[in-house]
Amino acid sequence: MNNPPDISPAQHETEQYAHDVSKHVRGYLIVGGTLIFCTALTVFLSYVNFGSQKANVSVAMLLAAFKAGLVAYIFMHLSAEKKLIYRVLLFTGIFVFALFWLTYLAWYDPISH
Amino acid sequence: MDASSSVSTQHHHDAHSPAHGSGAAGDHHELPFWRKYIISTDHKVIGIQYGISGLIFLFFGFCLMMLMRWQLAFPGQRLPIVGKMIENVLGPGAMANGVMTPEFYNSLGAMHGTIMIFLGIVPVAFAAFGNFVVPLQIGAPDMTFPKINMASYQAFFVGGLIMLLSFFVPGGAAKGGWTSYTPLSDIADKGPTYHLIFNGQTLWLIAFILLITSSLLGAVNFIATIIQLRAKGMTWMRLPFFVWAQFVTAFLLLLAFPPLESAIVMQLMDRVAGTSFFLPSGLVVNGAAVSISGGGSPLLWQHLFWFLGHPEVYVLILPGMGIVAEILANNTRKPLWGYKSLVLSVLVLGFLSFIVWAHHMWLTGMGTAVSAFFQTTTMIISIPSVIILSAFFISLWGGSIRFTVPMLFATAFLPMFGIGGLTGIPLAFNTADLYLHDTYYVIAHFHYIVAPGTIFALFGGIYYWFPKATGRKMSDFWGKVHFWPSLICMNAIFLPMFLQGMLGMHRRWYDGGQGWNLAAEKVWGLSGFHWNTPISIAAWVMGLAQIPFIINFFWSIRHGEKVDDNPWEATTLEWTAPSPPPHGNFVAAPVVYRGPYEYSLPGRAKDYTMQTEPVQPNERKAPEPTMSLGH
Amino acid sequence: MEIPYTVTARPDTGLWNAKIGIWLFLASEVMLFGGLFSAYIFLRLDAEPGYWPHGLLNVPVGTFNTAILIASSVTVVLAWAALKMRQFARYKIYMGITILCGVIFLVVKLGYEWPQKYVHFGAYIKSSALEKYEPLLGNKHLLAEGLPPRVEITGHLHNHEALHDPKIKEYEIALDPVYTDPTNPKMDRPHFLYVPPTEKIGVVQKADVERATMFLPTHNTYFATYFTITGLHGLHVLAGVLVFTYFWLPVGSKLYRENPEHLANRVEVAGLFWHFVDLVWIFVFPLFYLL
Repeated sequence: MNNPPDISPAQHETEQYAHDVSKHVRGYLIVGGTLIFCTALTVFLSYVNFGSQKANVSVAMLLAAFKAGLVAYIFMHLSAEKKLIYRVLLFTGIFVFALFWLTYLAWYDPISH
Repeated sequence: MDASSSVSTQHHHDAHSPAHGSGAAGDHHELPFWRKYIISTDHKVIGIQYGISGLIFLFFGFCLMMLMRWQLAFPGQRLPIVGKMIENVLGPGAMANGVMTPEFYNSLGAMHGTIMIFLGIVPVAFAAFGNFVVPLQIGAPDMTFPKINMASYQAFFVGGLIMLLSFFVPGGAAKGGWTSYTPLSDIADKGPTYHLIFNGQTLWLIAFILLITSSLLGAVNFIATIIQLRAKGMTWMRLPFFVWAQFVTAFLLLLAFPPLESAIVMQLMDRVAGTSFFLPSGLVVNGAAVSISGGGSPLLWQHLFWFLGHPEVYVLILPGMGIVAEILANNTRKPLWGYKSLVLSVLVLGFLSFIVWAHHMWLTGMGTAVSAFFQTTTMIISIPSVIILSAFFISLWGGSIRFTVPMLFATAFLPMFGIGGLTGIPLAFNTADLYLHDTYYVIAHFHYIVAPGTIFALFGGIYYWFPKATGRKMSDFWGKVHFWPSLICMNAIFLPMFLQGMLGMHRRWYDGGQGWNLAAEKVWGLSGFHWNTPISIAAWVMGLAQIPFIINFFWSIRHGEKVDDNPWEATTLEWTAPSPPPHGNFVAAPVVYRGPYEYSLPGRAKDYTMQTEPVQPNERKAPEPTMSLGH
Repeated sequence: MEIPYTVTARPDTGLWNAKIGIWLFLASEVMLFGGLFSAYIFLRLDAEPGYWPHGLLNVPVGTFNTAILIASSVTVVLAWAALKMRQFARYKIYMGITILCGVIFLVVKLGYEWPQKYVHFGAYIKSSALEKYEPLLGNKHLLAEGLPPRVEITGHLHNHEALHDPKIKEYEIALDPVYTDPTNPKMDRPHFLYVPPTEKIGVVQKADVERATMFLPTHNTYFATYFTITGLHGLHVLAGVLVFTYFWLPVGSKLYRENPEHLANRVEVAGLFWHFVDLVWIFVFPLFYLL
């Protein structure tokens, strides 16, 4: 899904432009519906026993990641953002991952576990 | 910047420019004093506000250390004159009959670290120089978000004020060290004699939240400004190295500070709401079990603290490197050697600094897998640092060096930072660190980086850009009187500390190692304890050596030698603006045609070519930033 | 010289100033909540078996709040689209709904969910006394099922004065349903619907209790993390509501008349922040309510 252009190029194109945005509106509603459905699904699946706590956590986190992805991709327009912002987010992603993974690694000790 | 806006600006200026010279052609409408200097949104005023408050905090933090040096040199003896004064102001809890109490000694240590780093160096190196110089160097009229910029300073100011006020609450200022390690800092300053909020440690946390907010706002502003407001023709590879250094620093502050903020919120919860984020189960204090839920982890605090703490080291050093780069290129009258590798190194340095933090934690008993990981990354990060330092050294080679006062400080920076960096390598190995951890060796190591390293770079920067901010130069003679004693004292203070540390002196001893000395002298015949006295004397002499600087600084604002817009014959954009630059900085939007360090171009009448000079059709190509040693 | 690119994009980066500003700010917010979530992971991994409680929060209410927040995310993007199409009346409606949703979220959170916790009581039993309370805890059954043990007895405290009066030697607790029938397999895992404590009173000797408090942040690291993260998240919701209200009031209309694109940009930037707040909640909800 593409962003509408940032600025309406000229007065006579406004009609076409408004039409473009109105097409997106339907998309936003569909995404909103999907998100609510996924929330219900998350709640439902959390009461299904997947065999272990780890499995249940994984399922819930995968669904949450999917929902977060939808919000970021569609609502926050990351589907069509500028390269610069992707770069900033890429580094943020790496560092937040490092924070999670390395604190986990610090907790895990092959000698004591 | 489109043509029409620059034309209209020029017109605007012509219409309103007052008669008295270009220097004061600042504000079109005369603003009242408090709008112009107190709550200004102008990046230059904010930069100067940051600079002056930061310098005051630096000196204050240094004074705290001078007090501690008395206790270290003459443990348990009455501090003459000052001791009585402090006792009158802060009460016998701080000074009992003129003798420093252990609690006050701990407060001084914690506040020295906190103030020097977060209220002194970061505000001066990043916020002051960044605010004043970066927009000028990239040809911008101001920062992208001037009001946010103002809010950043105000948050900093209030945070600093709270930090200072914490000396006066019952129990005194925070005592947990600048690292504020838990569980000690969680349980300190608590009990019936302490207020729930108005106690040293809690105020430390609250002040920190404000300081983090301030640097967050600053960092967003800096990055957005460098990305968005570069002048026409100012491509990324034409940015002065100083701008690159500030750019990376801003990213470090932006992404490394928030995890500490989360940790500070959690410690605040621990102290105020009674949670146990950092308190383990079964904690016993003073022989009694503490009524807490437990289940927390002291190690968690250290992880989150050092996740900021290590990038913070680079926040302290990168702006200094940037300043040194500018001064070196200007005073060697030749291009900075290896500009591309410098830029690349600073980017790699910034990136790697996020994944080395746990090398501060070898002694915590965290996992072996994680130790191996961090030891490796710590080794790798020394590579870009060495590249930067080498490039600076090679830049000196074959230059016709002008030993101006800024250059003296910049050249002193190089070996001092070198000593600081190289002595860090033993600490990066966890086997060696087991022995050296928390000794004076560590103190000497990181002080060589920030004291004769960064602070010298800052002094150099002040002497260098002073003419731009005021239109006048600081005195050369008094600059040298400031420089030489400072350099000698710095080394007299920190060089012996390496040996003291290797002999085993611990960094947090209240008696300066007097008790330990009794045993150590019997075993080795040597403990290093007696070196405390000359070190302390050197520290006090260095305090005196700052007086010429202070006088020179304030005297020169009004009475210094008047100079033109480009007194150092430099090439970068800030020297094309009037001194001091008016509101909006440039008379017309600058256009950039060449790289930042085009000194001594062949076939030119003068030995510097400014970035705004168009390339002549028959011009011989400028020596491109070279990756090889060939000349 | 004026500051350029406040409304229109800089050609080579394709961005206007506030857009890059908000994304940088959000990057730092990611790290802020990243720090808190890594604390969650760390503390949860560190917790002894049975010490990370399940099913203590009201799942239907949490689900409702999630839906409210998602709905507000939809309406704020619709409000922005309306501005882009220059339909100011529609913008006012959508923005009004967004503000309302934010307020509902906060009221439910602070007016209902949190206070409900303040009146709930839990007593951790000393490990030496767990055997004694086996009829209430059913740990032998859980052990056989391979599930973590129960180390706490929860419910509504019947004799409130026991909290402060050292002369009272026992807590009388109106038990939560699970302790009335602990060996029933249906009670092994939490239920979707919240069932209030029963009439049945369980008596717990103070001497057998390791620690007993209301469900406050002091109760255990789970509640400490829950209150801290949802509290910080709540502050973000509040900030979003305040900013939206500012653009919804006549200030917004005035800006719209002067430069509609500028208002659209500002709403987009505020909207990005709001979506981020929604995004954080998407992780908070399963981590605290469901898992």
